[in-house]
Amino acid sequence: MADGDWRKEDDAILLEPIFSTGWRFYATVAVLGALVLWGIVSYVVQYQQGLGVTGMNYPVSWAFYIVNFVFFIGISHAGTLISAILRLSQAEWRRPITRIAEVITVLVLGIGGMNILIDLGRADRIPYLFYYGRYQSPLLWDATSVTAYLTASSVYLYVPMIPDIAVLRDRCTRGWRGFLYQVLALGWEGTAAQHRVLNRAVAILAVLVVPVAVSVHTVVSFVFSMTLQPMWHSTIFGPYFVVGAIFSGTAALLVAMAILRKIFHLEDYLQPIHFNFLGLLMLVMVLLWTYFTFAEYLTTYYGNEPSEMRVFFSKFTGKYAPYFWAMVVFNLVIPFPILAWNRTRTIAGTVVASISIIIGMWLERFIIIIPTLANPRLRQYAQGSYLPSIVEIGIMVGCFALFGLLYVLFSKLFPIVSISEVREGREKTVEIVQERLARYKPGLGKLPQGP
Amino acid sequence: MPRWGMAIDLDKCTACQACVVACQVENNVPFVEEGEYRRMRSMSWMKIITETEGSFPDARMRFMPRPCMQCDNPPCTRVCPVHATYLNPEGIVAQIYPRCIGCRFCIAACPYTVKYFNWYAYHDRVPAELQQGDNPDVSSRPRGVVEKCTFCHHRLMKAKDKAAAEERALQPGDYIPACVETCPSSAMYFGDLSDPASQVAQLASSPRAFRLMEDLGTKPKVVYLAERKLYG
Repeated sequence: MADGDWRKEDDAILLEPIFSTGWRFYATVAVLGALVLWGIVSYVVQYQQGLGVTGMNYPVSWAFYIVNFVFFIGISHAGTLISAILRLSQAEWRRPITRIAEVITVLVLGIGGMNILIDLGRADRIPYLFYYGRYQSPLLWDATSVTAYLTASSVYLYVPMIPDIAVLRDRCTRGWRGFLYQVLALGWEGTAAQHRVLNRAVAILAVLVVPVAVSVHTVVSFVFSMTLQPMWHSTIFGPYFVVGAIFSGTAALLVAMAILRKIFHLEDYLQPIHFNFLGLLMLVMVLLWTYFTFAEYLTTYYGNEPSEMRVFFSKFTGKYAPYFWAMVVFNLVIPFPILAWNRTRTIAGTVVASISIIIGMWLERFIIIIPTLANPRLRQYAQGSYLPSIVEIGIMVGCFALFGLLYVLFSKLFPIVSISEVREGREKTVEIVQERLARYKPGLGKLPQGP
Repeated sequence: MPRWGMAIDLDKCTACQACVVACQVENNVPFVEEGEYRRMRSMSWMKIITETEGSFPDARMRFMPRPCMQCDNPPCTRVCPVHATYLNPEGIVAQIYPRCIGCRFCIAACPYTVKYFNWYAYHDRVPAELQQGDNPDVSSRPRGVVEKCTFCHHRLMKAKDKAAAEERALQPGDYIPACVETCPSSAMYFGDLSDPASQVAQLASSPRAFRLMEDLGTKPKVVYLAERKLYG
């Protein structure tokens, strides 16, 4: 497939999955494809027969799809935001992980937005959002924010990738892939002027992306907090959701890193220190999330407002208690000790903590949405309960599989670790860090000499 | 411009549910199948809320008919992304079925849980013989849209047409929703709240008057008259 002998180069291992295809690739695509197909069939059934095929009812009128919407949008904070923050803070260890993170964002954001559309009772009327859309509705804030973030993060994924595409273009000139790389490389030659423009563009994008990312999960929370419903109508929902999003996003990033490291043999690039640093970030998020959860629930409990207390107790001791306490275990009890202790903050440890957090944060979205709807203010006749139907489960599995499938395909087409950034790091890191240290270390060289 | 409102005297209400049935028939609200009922998807624009006070042998039941409150400050219309539910100039919270995209945000936002969703095309599933009894003035709702009490808005349209044909102004009593018309114990009153002489407006300012969850600031136009004395 590729021209020339790419195997002798530096970073050849990063090109390996692109230029050589094993049976594992086909097997993965086949399995994921089958699951995606299950999701598609489920949706076709729902489109033909109506939302009646779901488990939703009166008064639980929002359920799995909205939970998944919030969950996926939360996961999307893994990437672009973390990558942008690491770039802006010039964390040298970011280099091998930025792209892994950014791809998660782009893919998951699309899937999250898709869930809102899946949830519509009249998917045929989606264009009405443009004809009759009115900005009073938080749903349109979502639509705006999510599309803005999707655009920004796609550009932010693509622009730093141009030098890598040029690398591919030089090695693969034939076929549709040669054409694709030719077009996407935008005539990159690697001149000094081009590098200057690129670095500038990436810096500007990194700054722009941060507020957009924060806005996304804030307005996702506004869908709930702008209503008057008990335990939704809360002013801390904006930051609470953003914290939860970064929390679950970091966890997703760590899991993706561990999987890629294993499959593509990237041990040299993704080292324990990356897992350690991200583990520390996640430890901070565990504590922040716990703090927000505590503040939210204590305020409700102390205020003792009857309709809120019904929701509160349905979570603490009632029907939803298993989910609630499972959430506490998965989000705090399991990950906290693992991440807090240096000896367990290893690759395996952080992955266990991450998987636990991903499950826990899904439960958190569930526990925020369902109990409030199931315990409306007029409790006398509208006591709800909810169990997902096979269609909803199929669509959820399909969404996860779609994410996996697109990720696999992306890593088949483009290097999942940024070759140019890693190279730049190899050449300049020591120099950059030394220079930086020299800048902020007072009296360097003037210190009294020891005996 | 009139502001249509309702008053319900809880002293007179016997909880006979005639209003519930009248509403169901008048507005072509479909009866769902048993399976759907068990899945908690039955619809009833008008419902009787029951509240048990105390426990046996000193138990008392309280009843409260609950239509849409037709709030002057409706939490549901605010969140609609496509203007499919809105407060019309006469104070009725209206639904545009052909425009609703079925996002159910209004259902989630309504503190009175008066909004219902057509999970399936329930009306089409009603047996054909029963469909023959449909009220021709009310459109049946397709699958995937939200519906709720409209204060029998079609009756207002009809009353206006009739008054126009007779070249006169709309008189009090020309327009009355089906539930009010049916109520055997005359517990329900309907009329123009902006007319201080109307019976509803006077009842609305009675010391017995209260509105459901008025502390939420939704300004309902359905007024309840509290029970003066508890029997039984």
